Amino acid sequence: MATMNVLEAVRDAMRLEMRRDPNVFILGEDVGARGGVFLATNGFVAEFGEQRVIDTPLAESSIVGIALGAAVSGMRPIAEIQFGDFIWPAINQLVGEAARARYGTAGQRNASMVVRVPHGGGVRGGLYHSQSVEALLAHTPGLKVVAPSTPYDAKGLLISAIRDDDPVVFLEHKRTYRLVRGEAPEGYYTEPIGRAEIKRRGEDLTVITYGLMLHYTLQAAEQVSESEGIEAEVIDLRTLRPLDVDTVIESVRRTSKALIVQEDTPVASIGSEVAAVIADRAFFDLDGPVRRVTPPDFPPMPYSPLQEAEYMPSPNKISYAIRQLIDL
Amino acid sequence: MAYKIEMPRVGESVVEAVIDKWLVKAGQRVEEYDPLVEVVTDKVAMEIPAPASGTITKIVVAAGDTVPIGAVIAEMDADDAPERSDPGPVESQGGTSYTPNFDRTGTLVQEANVGPTGGVFRDTSLQAPPQSPHTALSPVVMRLAAEHGIDPASVKGTGRSGRITKSDILAAVSRRNRAAHSIGDDGDELLIQNPVKKLTAEHMARSWREIPHAWSAIEIDVSGMVACRQANRESALGRHGVNLTYLPFTLWAAARSLAENKLLNSTWQGNRAYVRARINLGIAVATHDGLVVPVLHDADAGSVSQMAVRVSKIVSKAREGKLDLEDVRGGTFTLNNTGALGSVLGGAIINHPQTAILTTETVVKRPVAVSLEGRDKIEVREMMNACLSFDHRLIDGAEAAAFLQDFKGRLESIDADSTIE
Amino acid sequence: MGKMNSTGRETQIASSAGPAGLPDGLDAAGVVEMYRTMILSRMLDERVWLMNRQGKAAIVASAQGHEAAQVASVRALDPSRDHFLIYYRQFTAMLALGVTPLELLCGFLAKSGEPMSEARQFPLHGSHPRVDLFSFSNVVGTQLPQAVGVALADRLRGDQGRVTIVYFGDGAASQGDCHEAMNFAGIHRLPVLFFCENNGYATSVPLQRQMAVESVAVRAAGYGFPGVSVDGRDMFAVYQATKDAADSIRAEGGPVLVEAKVDRLLPHTTDDDHTLYRSPDDIGQMRGRDPIDVTSRALRERRLMDEDGDKSIRQEARRLVIEATDRAEALPYPDAEAMYRHLYAE
Repeated sequence: MATMNVLEAVRDAMRLEMRRDPNVFILGEDVGARGGVFLATNGFVAEFGEQRVIDTPLAESSIVGIALGAAVSGMRPIAEIQFGDFIWPAINQLVGEAARARYGTAGQRNASMVVRVPHGGGVRGGLYHSQSVEALLAHTPGLKVVAPSTPYDAKGLLISAIRDDDPVVFLEHKRTYRLVRGEAPEGYYTEPIGRAEIKRRGEDLTVITYGLMLHYTLQAAEQVSESEGIEAEVIDLRTLRPLDVDTVIESVRRTSKALIVQEDTPVASIGSEVAAVIADRAFFDLDGPVRRVTPPDFPPMPYSPLQEAEYMPSPNKISYAIRQLIDL
Repeated sequence: MAYKIEMPRVGESVVEAVIDKWLVKAGQRVEEYDPLVEVVTDKVAMEIPAPASGTITKIVVAAGDTVPIGAVIAEMDADDAPERSDPGPVESQGGTSYTPNFDRTGTLVQEANVGPTGGVFRDTSLQAPPQSPHTALSPVVMRLAAEHGIDPASVKGTGRSGRITKSDILAAVSRRNRAAHSIGDDGDELLIQNPVKKLTAEHMARSWREIPHAWSAIEIDVSGMVACRQANRESALGRHGVNLTYLPFTLWAAARSLAENKLLNSTWQGNRAYVRARINLGIAVATHDGLVVPVLHDADAGSVSQMAVRVSKIVSKAREGKLDLEDVRGGTFTLNNTGALGSVLGGAIINHPQTAILTTETVVKRPVAVSLEGRDKIEVREMMNACLSFDHRLIDGAEAAAFLQDFKGRLESIDADSTIE
Repeated sequence: MGKMNSTGRETQIASSAGPAGLPDGLDAAGVVEMYRTMILSRMLDERVWLMNRQGKAAIVASAQGHEAAQVASVRALDPSRDHFLIYYRQFTAMLALGVTPLELLCGFLAKSGEPMSEARQFPLHGSHPRVDLFSFSNVVGTQLPQAVGVALADRLRGDQGRVTIVYFGDGAASQGDCHEAMNFAGIHRLPVLFFCENNGYATSVPLQRQMAVESVAVRAAGYGFPGVSVDGRDMFAVYQATKDAADSIRAEGGPVLVEAKVDRLLPHTTDDDHTLYRSPDDIGQMRGRDPIDVTSRALRERRLMDEDGDKSIRQEARRLVIEATDRAEALPYPDAEAMYRHLYAE
């Protein structure tokens, strides 16, 4: 086991796969000599050369479109979108094209590509360096959407994503990059895409979350356990598409109460889907409404610190919601 | 004015920086924006400028050291108060590793309309649903009621505003199914873990896990109390409609002894212990659903007969499974009358988060050496043992003994002529 | 055509004639074969248009008027090693690449056995099991960055001497993807042949409302590689320009943009009516320079084919179309449940 942060886990996964498979290459803005703005590809040009670590022009649509062309020709590109907020110019190539490449060719073409997307807020990123972009992507049949929150998951899931034959959007929460340290095996291992993980056991209610919010939720869970003996079960979705519905339903059937915590805005979001699935499959096990902790339904997110804190869900807001749901 | 220079936020997601080289010395005069120090982060290398004009008074962090964002790196005597540097994300836990830090997260006052940073907390997704919770049966309650043929109207709700919760229905089911439990191949009986028993089990385990228990026991001559009870049984039944037992006497005495020995009347709240102002005595009651502990609030207020009335009411409520949330809330000390079950000695488990529990054992006739007018002789007396379990983190043996002695003194002072009114 | 013009200035190639009156790489049989493909394409095209009016083919985007440019550009490349990214109007190119009339008809009629997408997509979209071609989408221009990716994959694998040709219309040239793709291909000197079939209309919008320059080819200068413009009705001119471009690309010369100026003889699709935006004169003039007629004349002038030969080519094509139509109509639709396959790797 080694101790690493999320960023190092991401770097480690890419480096290992680049060494193992000559078809893996990286393209994106500033990924070359700069090593990426977050240094995810630090040292990669020296090890793998400019051919396999390609600095692109500032043109997100072509970053994804070129990756797609290479992928359907047998390569395994890793495209980096520098910030989630910049993914919108590439949405057509991702949602319109890559997601349908297999389906639209009746299985003849593999869009075996990874699009890495540093995203999320709480980093004083303002309106264009804070966005959560998962809802539209997770809405799209044909894509896989992974959102790890720990170094162990980030490394194991990224290796799985690179080896996957379908397009995988890999959402890395910027704030977890250096904030979250943990153990992860050295060398190769994979974590399965599409499997949620219960990160904390409890019987009083189920809290479903992902990304940075996992860490805030775990803090809130300890808080209410300490002060009131409320034991929350915390599910880390890890993959947003395909959603691990079974793990969620199994837990909610036990606890009869469900709270969803997300950093994305509420309307038509991951939380909406999770709530719908619970209402559908666990309705007669519910002993209270399905509640959500989300930011207000406003654009993410003000740059000014008090407003940013107002916007972001926090451990306190989560423990407040847990108490509301328990005291029902 | 003295000012502490902190490592400023120098980029998204950066949480620490290495001091590379100081460009100033202590005692040196600097102007605002003069370069102070070269720092390196895993994103950038940069110079940090002086936040104000003035004199550097102290270099706090040496070159080569790593500091978290926000740490004090130097001190200065500034000409004017510098602008605060950017606070960074307000909810930041700091550091490079995730460690839940409850002191910093604190707890929330429910319904307080204040956000974590002093703004107004307007999270509308958390507002309670508009319908009245009195009549709303949740889906699981409706399903369980239908599956088990229970009429929800017959179930007492313990949720907010009397809402029937899933546990209420399960408790009702368990009560009804008590007789019809399954029997295994070897004749083993399945213990139906009703919610009360389950909670009690968890509670007991937690208490045992967390509290270092210590014990002390004392013998009490309750001959006078027995006589007093005998003398007042009839009047109690007539005037108050209660069957006078020993329990009101021991409660009466315990409440008053607690008033004198306040440390025994304390509770843990999180990581702190508080001496409780009110004396609310829990009474352990065995019911067919398991152990429940109804609470007599302000038990130091009434007479023995008043105590008898209150005890009688609450115990029958407990036995009928009709306790309100209010009836079990706020206990500060627990009294466990194992004497009714024939026990003579016991080590009870403290009712977490309280810090002590008293068991009063069976009253038995025993030959006792007594001194009467300077001469020792053997007499048959009514004797009762009282055993105290106490939290040794807070309470010492001497404090426990003082309480027991006080308790003993009060009971032994009762005689046939004592008034219970 | 000689050396590629690296300034990207438009180069007109009126016609070209080798010693035998034919460009290098073409022989008499090959030329007649190209004409045969054009005739087959035209007759199939007319048939599916009619089948739309019969309510059998839900949508048709006709290639009529584009046949010479398509057949010649395919002929100038090497389907055994080159990659083809096509778009929705490339009926003739597909026939030239070896897609059969029955396969195309299955596409239009959405019948079982359709090879590109199992009839999930509009006709001509998907990928082909025998031919190295694909077309994922109806969103114009998306194929351009994808083609650059295909060429990049060859480069990364060290697979030299292959050309990736990507077809697009003048309408797609307005997309940001077109700019991004050409820019990237130019920077990395990737082996991409950008082939624009400029028919002067983006659905109903004429060229002068799409761009302020006379041709798409001049834009190549902005990306640092050559752009040439040819008369797309002239099979020989298109062949020569495309062949020169492919040779240059194979010699590691970087990308080339070839623009074939063509006419779209029919409305944008079966759902369009071009009389709403084109004058009768315009339509009449266009009909007067139909590439089928131009090519037929050229072949007869060069004595590569006589009138009887032309007649028998048409008879043979008619027979093939009738036969393919009969067979396609007799085929069932794919099962409804088949739609649930191939969303993810199985």
